[in-house]
Amino acid sequence: MKPARFDYYLPATLDEALDALHELGDDVKVLAGGQSLVPMLNMRLAQPAALLDINALRELDTITRENGALRVGATVRQGTLERSPEALSEVPLLAQALPLIGHWQTRNRGTLCGSLAHADPSAELPLLLTVLGGSVEVRSTRGSRTVAAGDLFASYFTTALEPDELIVTANLPLARPRRRYAFQEFAQRHGDFALAAVACAVELDESGRISHLALALGGAGEMPLLVETADMLGTELTAAAVATLAERAWAGCDPPNDHHASAAFRRQLVRTLTSRMLTAFAQPQEQLVR
Amino acid sequence: MITHKAAERAAISLTLDGVHVKEEAPARMLLSDFLRQTCGKTEVHVGCEHGVCGACTVRVDGRPVRSCLMFAVQADGHNVDTVASLGSRDELSPLQRSFHEHHALQCGFCTPGILNSAQVFLEEHPDPSEREVVEMLCGHLCRCTGYRAIVDAVLDCARAGKDETP
Repeated sequence: MKPARFDYYLPATLDEALDALHELGDDVKVLAGGQSLVPMLNMRLAQPAALLDINALRELDTITRENGALRVGATVRQGTLERSPEALSEVPLLAQALPLIGHWQTRNRGTLCGSLAHADPSAELPLLLTVLGGSVEVRSTRGSRTVAAGDLFASYFTTALEPDELIVTANLPLARPRRRYAFQEFAQRHGDFALAAVACAVELDESGRISHLALALGGAGEMPLLVETADMLGTELTAAAVATLAERAWAGCDPPNDHHASAAFRRQLVRTLTSRMLTAFAQPQEQLVR
Repeated sequence: MITHKAAERAAISLTLDGVHVKEEAPARMLLSDFLRQTCGKTEVHVGCEHGVCGACTVRVDGRPVRSCLMFAVQADGHNVDTVASLGSRDELSPLQRSFHEHHALQCGFCTPGILNSAQVFLEEHPDPSEREVVEMLCGHLCRCTGYRAIVDAVLDCARAGKDETP
C-alpha cells in the first residue's frame, strides 16, 4: 500500500461534488483519470487528506458541440476522444496530440480536463488548449465561470482555480476551413514527457498572407507560452519570417535545466521544431503531408 | 455520496474474471495490491507501481489500464479481467499460443500485462500494422526479449485470426 491515508468521497451528482469541495477546503484533490495524481500519491509527493472521485458523475461524461467548440466533459477519457472520428476531424490537433500522451493504456483512463487541471508545463493538452485559444468551464457552489486558456495556467502545476472550483468542461474551438494545425514534440522515448513541444495554427488568405497565426511552446517555461505573432498578420510566411519566429521562440522560452536535458538544448529544440513546422506551412498546401 | 474514511475498510463488490467477488479494502489500497493480496490473483504482476512499466495492466470494463493507478474502491461495481480469463495452462488462447510459438517471453514478468493489452488491441485492430503494434507495446517494459518476438507473436496472431474467418 503506497499512498498515505486519505478519506475517499464518491459523489453521485455534480452538486454533491461541489458541496464536498466547498466543505473539504484546500486539502482535497479531485480524482479523475488519476494517471498523474496516483503516481504522485504512490510516491507520496502528494498526501492530501481527502480524494474526491468524480468518476461516477455521468453528466460530465459527454462530448457535445456548441458555439463553435467541442465541449469535452471532465470525465471523458483521452482514449474515448482518440476513438471518436468526429472529435478528431472537428479538432484536428487532437489527432496529432493525443497519441503523444503517455501510452495507449494510460489514455484509457486519463482525462482531457484532468490534464488541464494538473497543468504540467510539458504536457500536451495544456499546450493544445493554449494554441487553440480554448477555455474551460469551472463550477463551484458560488457559481460558474469560463476561464480562457491564457488565464488558466498560473505556474508549474498550478492553475488560477480556487480550491473549491472544479473544471467541468473544456471548450476546444472547432477546425476552421482554411486553418491548418500542427503539433510536434521531442521526447527521448515515445510516451515520455516532452523535452520540448511546439504547436501552431496557421491561416493564410487567398494571396498567401497570414490571416491567423498562433504559435505555442510546451516544456519551455512554467506554463505553455504563446509567441508574439500579431505583427506577422498580413505578411507572407517567407523563409525570413519563419527564421524570425523561430528566433523569437528561442529567445522567449525559459525551459528547465535538469538531468534529462540542459536548458540550452531545450531552447535549441524549440527553435528547430518551430522552424520545421512553419517551413512546412510556408509550402503550397498541396505539398503538405499531414 | 459514498464516503470511506481513511481508517475504514470499504466493501467492494466486483466481477473478477467472470466471477462475482465481495471483499473489503481500505480506500488507499491500490487495485493491483487488492487483486494480488486480497483476491489471490498473483498473475497481476507489480513492477514500478507508478504507471510506467505496464506489468500490472488488467482490463477494467474491457479497457487495458494500469491497476497500480486505480484504487480498489474504484473497481466497485465494475468488471475486472486479468490474464487468467484469457486461457488456461491446458487450453491457451490464440494469443497465448502465438506467444508460446514465437518464444515471446523469457522470464514472464511483463507477459500478463502485455497479453491484457494485446488482446483488446487485436479486437480493435484485427489487421494491425507493425507500427501500430509497436506503439501499443511501448506502454510495456520487457527486459528479456528485445520485443522482436513479441511484435511477431501479436502480428502472427492477427494473421492467423484472419485466416480463420471464412
